[in-house]
Parts: sequence; structure tokens; C-alpha cells
Amino acid sequence: MDLNKTVGKPISRLEGKLKVTGAAKYAAEYQADNLLHGYVVNSPVTKGKIINIDISGAMAIPGVIQVLSHENRPKLAWFDLQYTDMDAPPGTVFKPLHDENILYNGQPIALVVAEDFETARYASTQIRFEFEEKNFQTSLDQNIGEARAAKKGFATALKPPPPPPTGDFDEAFANAAVKVEAEFHHGTEHHNPIELFATTTVYEGPGKLTIYDKTQGTINNQLYVANIFGLRYKNVRVLAPFVGGAFGSGLRPQYQLFLCVMAALHLERNVRVVLDRKQMFSFSHRPPAIQTLRFASDINGRLTALGHRVLAETSNFEDYTEPTASWSHRLYPAPNTLFEQKVVPLDVYTPMDMRAPGGSTALHAIECTMDELSYKLKIDPLELRLINYSDMDPSSKKPYTSKALRACYLEAAERFGWDKRSPEPASMTRGNKLVGYGMATGIWDAFQFPARVEAMITSDGKLVLNNATTDIGTGTLTVMTQIAADELGLSIEEVDFQYGDSKKPFSMFQGGSAITSSTGVAIVIAAKALRKKLLKKAGEIPHSPFHKIAEEEVFFAAGQLCLKSDPGIFITLKDIIAFNNGRPIKTTNMGKPHMLKLRKYSLATHSASFVEVEVDKDLGVVTVTRAVTAVAAGKIINPKTAKSQILGSMVWGISKALHEETIMDTNLGKYINTNLGEYHIPVHADIGELDVIFAEEQDELINEIGTKGVGEIGLVGMPAAISNAIFHATGKRIYKLPIHFDELIG
Amino acid sequence: MNNFGYKQASNIDDAVTLVAASEKTSFIAGGTNLIDLWKYNITNPAELIDINHLNELSNIEQLENGGLRLGAGVKNADTAYHPIVEQKYPLLSKAILAGASAQIRNMATNGGNLLQRTRCYYFYDPEVPCNKRNPGSGCPAKDGYNRMHAILGTSEQCIAVFPSDMCVALAALDAVVNVSGPEGARSIPFKEFHRLPGDRPDLDNNLKKNELITSIDLPEKGFEGNYSYLKLRDRHSYAFALVSVATTFTLDGSIISDARIALGGVAHQPWRSFEAEQFLEGKTASEENFALAADLILKGAKGFGDNDFKIKLAKKAIIRNCLMALRPETQLPGAQPAA
Amino acid sequence: MLTETQDLKQTSAGSHTIDLTINGKHTTLSIEPWVSLLDCLRDHLNLTGTKKGCDHGQCGACTVLCDGKRVLSCLTLAVMKNGADITTVEGIANGEELHPIQQAFIDHDAFQCGYCTPGQICSAIGLLKEGKANSRAEVKELMSGNLCRCGANVGIIDAIMQVKDGGSYE
Repeated sequence: MDLNKTVGKPISRLEGKLKVTGAAKYAAEYQADNLLHGYVVNSPVTKGKIINIDISGAMAIPGVIQVLSHENRPKLAWFDLQYTDMDAPPGTVFKPLHDENILYNGQPIALVVAEDFETARYASTQIRFEFEEKNFQTSLDQNIGEARAAKKGFATALKPPPPPPTGDFDEAFANAAVKVEAEFHHGTEHHNPIELFATTTVYEGPGKLTIYDKTQGTINNQLYVANIFGLRYKNVRVLAPFVGGAFGSGLRPQYQLFLCVMAALHLERNVRVVLDRKQMFSFSHRPPAIQTLRFASDINGRLTALGHRVLAETSNFEDYTEPTASWSHRLYPAPNTLFEQKVVPLDVYTPMDMRAPGGSTALHAIECTMDELSYKLKIDPLELRLINYSDMDPSSKKPYTSKALRACYLEAAERFGWDKRSPEPASMTRGNKLVGYGMATGIWDAFQFPARVEAMITSDGKLVLNNATTDIGTGTLTVMTQIAADELGLSIEEVDFQYGDSKKPFSMFQGGSAITSSTGVAIVIAAKALRKKLLKKAGEIPHSPFHKIAEEEVFFAAGQLCLKSDPGIFITLKDIIAFNNGRPIKTTNMGKPHMLKLRKYSLATHSASFVEVEVDKDLGVVTVTRAVTAVAAGKIINPKTAKSQILGSMVWGISKALHEETIMDTNLGKYINTNLGEYHIPVHADIGELDVIFAEEQDELINEIGTKGVGEIGLVGMPAAISNAIFHATGKRIYKLPIHFDELIG
Repeated sequence: MNNFGYKQASNIDDAVTLVAASEKTSFIAGGTNLIDLWKYNITNPAELIDINHLNELSNIEQLENGGLRLGAGVKNADTAYHPIVEQKYPLLSKAILAGASAQIRNMATNGGNLLQRTRCYYFYDPEVPCNKRNPGSGCPAKDGYNRMHAILGTSEQCIAVFPSDMCVALAALDAVVNVSGPEGARSIPFKEFHRLPGDRPDLDNNLKKNELITSIDLPEKGFEGNYSYLKLRDRHSYAFALVSVATTFTLDGSIISDARIALGGVAHQPWRSFEAEQFLEGKTASEENFALAADLILKGAKGFGDNDFKIKLAKKAIIRNCLMALRPETQLPGAQPAA
Repeated sequence: MLTETQDLKQTSAGSHTIDLTINGKHTTLSIEPWVSLLDCLRDHLNLTGTKKGCDHGQCGACTVLCDGKRVLSCLTLAVMKNGADITTVEGIANGEELHPIQQAFIDHDAFQCGYCTPGQICSAIGLLKEGKANSRAEVKELMSGNLCRCGANVGIIDAIMQVKDGGSYE
């Protein structure tokens, strides 16, 4: 390794000091003169109409400025298209305060604006509504008869429907030597970042706004606001330098943004709207799903048929789908396949991408079914995966740009001590505990979006980069700085990556584990152009040794441009800029995926998770005592922040397997555990020993930097590995998530 | 989340006088439940009477009868870590430390712990019916989602559970609650402090109007030899009990001479069965006898669907915790089942 | 720029005047009884390092040290803390020199989004002062009042264990 390179080094997060001292400011924390505070009122009714609103009680409270509802809101854009966003699924986008109709429980129906937060909050309880209630449907189980194919739209490109059947699945399954059929139930989950959704809108004058928003996409929300409120794009600036977690919930603009901007424009004042925790359950979520899997193999364990049918909730106004049904065939070859995916529209808000959407739900079912098959075959679960290992993508019949999954299996198995597993269920004990080992495979997409980066060398010889992306805690600032530093031969301290601002060059929203590849590639392209410009400028200096020197003959190191043939001949970047009269030398370039080349390949990251659980033999209490996840995700720019991404995903896997679920009371048509006391995410006491391995995976094809993304791959294998370990410990196969310990009472 | 007035009481009598000013005046001590309920718009005090600064409430002192008096204003953490409590009443210490979080235990007071409201989802949602919050409006929990709800002592009106851990130990230890009110001071045996819902689920306890808890007395007998607190919940810490058990024994060799078993998370109050405890007295401390005692404790237990598991779980938890009480050193942080 | 001790808000008739020492600075402010200590810090004193995650005592993000003990500022009324000595995350470092816990959090990558971090740090300092956690299991149990949705749990506990075992804290 080149000692001067920063890529590949475990550099601590560059914004770390700001975060540990409380200096990092999030959306609700920006001050503005005479700031007004908005508090949202949500519908207690699940479906129906608002018949009457009496705001007099609220307006009578000193300090209340305005109560906005569909009755008195300003005139807004009318067409659905104007409300749509980059991540909108097919259908009719939800328009807050649009009319009297109630589409789901918790729908925002009014905004109280007051001089201070406490007054707005109190006044929100003093508005009297009359509703006409209608019958509603909020139960997935009771409405599977309503299942239908999802409508198609823009989002279908990224989330295609399952491929057509291959072979003759029904016959193959019916006549198979060994087969498993199982139905899996997954509950609703809410993203629940610890930061509450919030927007602070600074009213800069007529038609001009600066907006601090909690989002994963500054430009997405800029366009949304400008389109709805009829503002010029350049007059709407959305900033999100720090985002307190999002996990997908910030991929679409949420209603506090709309309401805050509306109030600011209407009142011509600075306004802040912060949701409370209960309101964090009033928008997007991971949809509940019912999956039926039918896998068959020959007696040697070679898969002959893969069947996967998915029914998942959507709203009655948008058709959200998370690709779930076809993942098994991207891992395992089988001549006969049948994949189906349908939506069941209910009276709920539209579901939305939540960390590893589709994949984490699907792989749980797939890898538990594989596990069950392994017991039927009396083949070690890991061996069964290896028997069905494929270097190419069986579903598309294209080679992967890279696939180090085999190394993941073998390295993680060794680190974990898989060979110490006794094959029989309920055969390993430790005091009062049954001990189980389980493993599972993970696969996730390796996306890359187009991105633009402005790169410039300033008069102090430093590199400044600009891109609109956010850093939602993934380490984006740090890894982009590392990539850029190496490109120009600079130290970390000499690079200033500026981000989280819609005014900066384009970035898609930060999702799909794609930003390192997207903005990272754009940095490489921009850096290349910048090097060329610097060399050209250096060559223009009178008597310059770089005059008419080709790019191949120079290199950049230690803040200098040097001749390869004689590194003693150099010029500092600072001097080049000085020669440019102190004016920065800059370039703006686009990075984008090489669609033509990549069309011939399949693109994915892979993982293997191995888990040990202890299950109390009498009480069923489950502890994930240790887990190892090996990940193949191309080049790892920063092993420290990347490891944290995987560790965090593993905790999410524990949470999905054992803890978190939103409970819908289908009699009332509403979620009832809408708080962090009863929506259980793991606490420190739930987390055992977690270990991460990055398998060596050099990918020359995927993009200029060889990265494939690490935001989600660590999650997908964990729930199944935990479920499988619980089966191994107890002999009990639980076909739903989360697994409640009482289902394992001895 | 209404606006309210605020006064500091200067002594117990002053506090009792101030709180009588209106129907909607409340005491505030730690505030960990009251502020929570106020922010959910479930309680709307007109005025809060702050009793945090009352020296009379803030001591832990030994009683002449050999017992220990816990001031109502002493914080839960200070009680749990008090040397005498740790040594002589380790069951109480363990139970307190199994509840809430370190921060909340630093705030919550002993008196307030007794007055926690249920964590029933429906009680906490002012938009839906609840007989406890709004008498006569109905109980959606019975036909709704009732994983956390009661299996013992329920009524047609209410199946809520009382959420405290500390009180499960206090029940097992036969504590006494001392109160002061407009009609003077009185003492309430712990088993008579909380109540079952019956047809008045709005009442959690038998405190009279405007009475203030001043202290809690522990009897001399602390059961420092054989005790255990076990708490079963949906994560290993910082969650309310689905089932918890406090057990203490006095042993004469392997023969039980005094047994106390109290359950949490199963009823509207900490649940004790004197029949079961009497059954164990004079018997060998064996798994078989613990199982028979568990059956007696759970006699009449009834599930409502999602909480049916609690009957089976409670039985196993009682047996396990009795075994753990024989070897108190096996207890784990967070009152998890012994390894 | 606003100074830390300047009240950003107008006061009303029901206000009480209270004295607080916040991060070593004496502050007198007029506050309504229904303002939580958390909102007082964030909205009135512009000390936004203390975070609001649930406002109901269920996440720990609002943890501050009050007279040296870790408490939840969201469930505390500011008026109740008249005369108290409050330390928030902004007052943990000694000038530019980070507290060992802060440095250990950076070294162990004990956060991602950073939003729960101030609460975790205040809670960890409270935990070390209490001196009740002797093992890793006890540290985990006694830190369980602080949720981390990014799943930085391993780094957080590693950071605390390092400082605890190193003894390099007050």
C-alpha cells in the first residue's frame, strides 16, 4: 500500500468533533429572527371526511398566529405531477391539507403556528373537528383477496416487477425429491431515526426561502418545494449538513416540510415545524408482507425449483413495491422458477423504502427456506449454499462484475467456528440455555446514480469539492475526502468536501447504498479534469518544466505536481494558483454509470452472516451472543466507517429478527405502539459480540473506483441467520418476524 | 400539554393544603410519569405543587423496630444503592435496578414509583376509548392487541397492568406505606395500597383525595439470604415487564420456613397468593413444590388472546425464580434469567 | 451571534425567575412552568447540543448531568431545577481539549448520525461517576437508557470500557 494514500485507511470521521461536542446542528436547531413554531394536528379518524373545523378555541390563545387547514390554506399547485418527487411510486401522491378527505389515521389535518413551541402544542389540542367516518380496511391478513399487480410508473425502472416464469415450476415442484413450502409473515416497521423530522424555513423575502430540512435528498426536496409553491428553483435552497439518521424515511419529502414552507410563505415569517415521536409513525414505513416460498431440490441438494410469492401492503393512493420475490434466483440456479409479487391496498399511508427494502424481507424467507431444506436433506446449511453456488447471476444469465461470496462464506465460517456446530437441533446447551448456530446469505444491489462534482484548487493550494449529497451518518464526508485526497496527492486536511446543500452540483438522494459510488466516481472524473487543467496552467508558466508535458509523465503528490522522470522537478499547487493570479482553477464534471458496458453484467454485493444464539430452555428468552458477517462489496474506502455501516446493519438485523414491529389495531385502524418505549429497538444490553470481515473483492468493471456500497448489505442476511440459529437451538421454526421469546417457551 | 401554575411546598402540611386548592392540582416529584402523561394530553393539571425540596421526604432511616424507612422523596437510584438496602433488602435493590433506565432512576422518587399509571397502549391514546382514562367509554384492549395485559384480577372494565418493578419487591417484603392528608397521617399495608380495577378502573390505588405519600417502611425481615428478581420482557433492558417475579425464602436447611412470591406484569397490582406461600411453608425447596405453588398463584388466570402466553410463561418464571432465589449469586444485570 | 446565557424568548405573565448554572456559567432566566428543561436549553438558551428524540423519556438523547447525575431533560421542568448545576454536552470538553469519553467515541467510531451521541456521552460520564458498573455486561445494562438507531452499540460500549479501564476520567 502506498503510505501516502488515504483510501483504505481507517480514518476517524472528520465531523466527529462536531458530533461529540454538540456543535453539529440538525434541521430543528437553526436560529432565525422572530421564529414561529408550527405544531401539526393529525387525524384521529382512519377514513372519512372533515365536516367542520372550529379553530376559535386555538386562535383565542395568546401567542397563536394562525391555524392552517384545507379550509383556509393558500392556493397551491393542483396537479399530482407538481407534488411528485424522485422516489414517488406510481399513483396519486399525498397532498397535505389538500381537501376534506381523510385517507389514513394520523394524516396531518391542520398546522398551528404560534410564537413558541409550547403554545403551538397546547393550541393543537384546542381545535374542534367534526368528522364523517367511513369503514376502513387496515388488515393485510383480512384483505389478501384484494391483492393485485402494482401499477407501473417512473419508479418501476429501479424496482422492476419479478421476471417471467422459467421451465415448468408446478410440475417440477410436484415431482421433486425434496421440497419445502412455507409461509412467512412480516410486520410493519417504522424507520424511527432518533432525530425527529423537522424543517426550519427562513423567509428571505418574496418567493425566496432557505430551508433546513431533515432529508436524504436536498435537491429532491428543493424541486418538490419549488414545484408545489410555484417558486423559482434558484430561490429555494435546501440544506441538510447533518441528518440524525433516516434509513430511507428521508428519501421522500415528508409533510413537515410542506407545512413549514406553506406557513412561512403565507405568513412571510421564519417558521419551524418539528414532528413529535408519535407523528413519526404517521408517514412512511416498511410494509407488512406475506410470503409463500416453495423450494425443491434433487437428493444431492441441487435446487430444481424456486417459487416465491409475495403479498405486501400499499396505500390506497400509491402503489409502493419493494422488489422481494426474485432474489433467490440471483443467488441460486434452478431450471424452474415462479416469482409473483402483488400489492394489497389498505387505508394506510404509502409504505416506503426502509434500509434494504425488499431484500431484508425476502432474504429472511429465502434463507430460512434454504435452512429448512438443508435439514430435510441432512446437508450442512453452508454446504447446501456451496452446492448451489453460482459465479454468474442465474436469473439474468450474466456474469457478476465481481462476486466474492464464496470467500465470505469460508472466512466467516472459520472466524465463527462453524465446524463446532453439532448438526442436530437442540443438541447444544450451556447451563440453562440451548445454544444454536445459524447462517444465511445476503445479497444487495450495487447501484450508481449520476452525480456532478465541482472541484477547485484554491489560492492556499487546497482542494474544495462541492456536491449536493447528504451525509446521513454513513461517513460520506470522510470517504469523499479520502477519494479526493488521493486523486490530487493531497492530505486529508488539504481537502474540503462541501455537501448537504441543494445549491451544489447534482446528487440523487442518499439511498440504495449508492452514494460512495455515485459522488465518488464524479470526484474521480472531476479530479482527472482538474489535474489536466493544473498541468496545462503549470505549462503556461514561463520556462516551465511542464510545458508540453503529457499527463502520463507527471504525478501529483504532497501538494505538488511532479515529473515522473525526475520527481525533484515539481511545482506546488499553490504556485500554480498564484500564477493564475490567485484565482481558483476549477472544473465541474459528471460521473455516471457505464450503462453500455455494464448491461452485460449483473451488479451486486454479497454477504454471509453466522450467528450464535442462546435460548433459555424454559423461558424462551433469546440472546444473540455473537455474530460474524463477511461482506464482499468491492473496494472499501474506509474500513472504520464501513465496518460501522455493517455493524449498524447487523444491529438492525437483530432488531428485525427479535424486536421491532409496529402494531396495527385493525379494529381502530391505527398503530398503537407509537413510541420508543413500546416500539422496541435493541438497547445496549441486547447487543453481543459482533464481528465484521471485508472479503477481498477487486472489481475493475463496476466503476472507476471499484466500490459497490455498504449501507444495506450487512442487514439482509442477519434476520435469517438468527431465525436459523433459533431453530438449531430449539428445533422450533418460527415463520414470522419479529420472533417473540414467548413462542419459544420450553 | 396545557399551561399550568407552579408552587413549591415548604413542608408536608403546606403541600397537602396547596394540593387541595383545586380538583386539578397535583403534586410533582420526579415527574417522570406525570410530565409524560401531560405531554400526551392525558393529564391536565391546573397547578403543580413541587415537593422535591421537602427534607421530611428525603431520608432513609433505620426504625426502632429494626425496619427501614424510605423517604417518599428519595430517588429510586439512591434507594437501590443505599448500603442498608443493598445489604439487608437486596431483593428491593435488584427490583428497582430492573426498572426503567439509570437516568429515570436518578429522577423518579419512591413515592412516585407507587403512583405510576399503566402503560396500556389504549390508556396512552386520548383519541380512543379507555375506561381507566375516561370511565364508561369502553376497553379496546380486550378485543384489541393485549400482549402486555393482565391475566389475573381483571374486570369487564379493564385489563391493564401496573408497571412497577419496585412495587413487586415491596409487595413481597410486606412494606407499609405512610401517608399524610387533610385528615391526618395513616399507614397502609402494601397489599392494601394498590387495587384491582373492578368497576372503578380509574382508581389505581386506595389513597384518599389529596393524600401525600411520605414514606415507605420496610419490616425488619429483609431476606438477605435467599432472594431473586426475574424480569421477562421484549428486550433485555429498558422495557416494561411482560412477567416479573420477586421471590424470597427463609430456609431451614432445605425446608422453607417463610416464602414470599409476588408477580409483576400480570395484574392491576403486584400479585401475591398467600395460599401458595402457605403451601410452601414447611415444604422442601424443590422444583416440584415450586411448580405446585405456581399453579396456586395462577389459579383463575385468564388470557385475552395475545397475552395467553403469560399464563404458561408466569408458571415457568415462578419456578425458575424460586430456583434462582436458592442461588442468589446467579442473578444477572437487568434481572435476566440466570445463565 | 447570541450568547449562551441570553434568553431568546419573550416572557409571559406566568413566568418564574430561576437561576441555573449551565456549563459553569451562571444564568438567570424567566421561564414558564410548562417549559421542559430540554426545551429551555434548546429554544431559550440556544444550547442545541442536547437532543430531542422522543420527548417522553424513552430514548435518552436528552440526557444531561444535573448536579452531577445523569437525568432526562425532557421529563424535567426547568422551574424545578432552580439553583441546579447543569452540564450539557457543550460543557464536557475543557476548551479545545476533548473529554476522554469524547475522544474515545471518535476513536471507536461510536456514532454514525451523531444525534444520540450527546446523550450517550453525558450518560457515559454519569455512569463512570456512579461507579456501579464493573463488567462489560453491567456497562451495557446501565447504558441501556440510551438508544442508538444507527446501531453503533459496539463502538459506544468499547469506548466506555476503554475509558473506564484506563481510569482517565474525573
